[in-house]
Amino acid sequence: MKLTDEEQAMLAGEMGEPKRWAIDHQIKVGGMFDAAGMVPVSQAHMMADPESVGDAGVSFMEDLAGKGARVAIPMITDPRGVDLNYYRPLGQTEEMADIDRRTIAACESMGILMTNTCVNYQTIMPPVLGDHVAYGDTGVVIYSNSVCGARSNFEGGPSALAAGLTGRTPRYGLHLDEHRRATRRFVVREQPAELTDWGVLGAVAGKMAGSYWEVPVIEGLEVVPTSDEMKHLGAAMASYGSTPLFHLAGITPEARRLADVGGDQLKAEEISKADLDALRAGFGSKGDKIDVVVFAAPQLSLVEMQQVAGLCDGKAFKTPILVCTSPQVYADATRMKFVETIEATGAKVLEGTCFYNQYAREIGEANGWTRLLSNSAKIVNILGGYGYQPALASMEACVASAVAGEIV
Amino acid sequence: MTTLKCHKGIGPKVTGEALVADDNFSARYDLDRIKGIFSRPQHKLAGRSYKDKVLVLNTSKGGVASAWMLYEMKSRGIAPKAILFNNANTILAQGAALADMAMCDRFEDGDVTTLIQSGQMVEVDPEAGLVTIVG
Repeated sequence: MKLTDEEQAMLAGEMGEPKRWAIDHQIKVGGMFDAAGMVPVSQAHMMADPESVGDAGVSFMEDLAGKGARVAIPMITDPRGVDLNYYRPLGQTEEMADIDRRTIAACESMGILMTNTCVNYQTIMPPVLGDHVAYGDTGVVIYSNSVCGARSNFEGGPSALAAGLTGRTPRYGLHLDEHRRATRRFVVREQPAELTDWGVLGAVAGKMAGSYWEVPVIEGLEVVPTSDEMKHLGAAMASYGSTPLFHLAGITPEARRLADVGGDQLKAEEISKADLDALRAGFGSKGDKIDVVVFAAPQLSLVEMQQVAGLCDGKAFKTPILVCTSPQVYADATRMKFVETIEATGAKVLEGTCFYNQYAREIGEANGWTRLLSNSAKIVNILGGYGYQPALASMEACVASAVAGEIV
Repeated sequence: MTTLKCHKGIGPKVTGEALVADDNFSARYDLDRIKGIFSRPQHKLAGRSYKDKVLVLNTSKGGVASAWMLYEMKSRGIAPKAILFNNANTILAQGAALADMAMCDRFEDGDVTTLIQSGQMVEVDPEAGLVTIVG
């Protein structure tokens, strides 16, 4: 791998141990993916929830911080695992909160901005066309690559941290033009109508694409999706397929025409109503009892908060509802009284977390929750492994189901 | 002894017992990391222990969490010795780099989940890009 003089100095330890660790990590990863060198990045975004970092991960970050680590570029964070204002009622322990407190302290001392969000492209500083970034959170990466035309691989926590410290990342995968060309061409006949439909479409496309190295281009859409619809489409696609990039012909910036991404050279494969129905069929049916309703994954935008508040207003629920949003949206949603309206029903809004990285197994066991209903195609995919029987319905149907105590 | 050529990987040279499935892998979605078993009911290795095994799977799935999780799993001594994929995604490679866990992918002779059988002993040499079935 070709290194600049500055990168050589980092590797030799001349710029301190944290940068030496970081560039060494990047060389190892870049080596596996044949990176010819490094590429400067404008931002890094790190996933470091307490369940995944554990004591080992937080000790590692504390060690770097103790050695004077300091980020070289703006660096932000993904949702936390504990809302420090509301964790005991969920059955989360002091030990869990402590890992989060330690992570926050270590990150802050490195100059990391604790944004605690997976919707930074809606709230912080969206990347622009051609912008090289090092983002964690698959939903953030797929949205930034596909909708913004930015360039990022999935950067796991350690690699996002390394990128923050060195201000660069190995130039492989989605940083290169050749990995951004379409490899699968899907034709949609059924037009998505609401958020969950977009999530289901993303899930099916992700499942069909099936690998990090496949890039779907989708044609046949008659509407331009909103940012929230793109968010659900992308998050589900990334969750089901490990997919980091999609193109929508005539809609997303790199595919103004199908041919721009090579889609015209590919065999068209239909995504049928039967494919979409089959995906939904795995996630609950009318009359099933439910233990909890969750709106999360990704965190809700201000617009979604308004929609949830509108649906909840004046209702009484048999089933508890949890809503996860970012600290940025939470502040606005509080000021606009959406939080008050939602919580007046007994539902709870969590700030800066996302349900599935909040020790989902432990809080499920503590509260007796197994039958979980959500409008997120992503979260229902994840939670099967955490001992849940997840079910999927639209936002409206989720709220109505919480009134009834069963899926309506 | 059969030697399989793959792409240069990450991590140390190790030997261990293979646990193979034509299925995918996410530390977050598929595992009970406390018990050290595959826990997602739909996974072909559901209920099986992965501790000290050389996992042989198709590709890596799902979220970024797996990168921290490999390091966390290894710190508690309940982790696979190595993971072999047909195609790794970036997250698992990054996790292997931090955890110093052996990982290789892209095998020249085809689908690695058919080239190696569960129970066989395999030696993984990531630097050389070689996996040898030793018994």
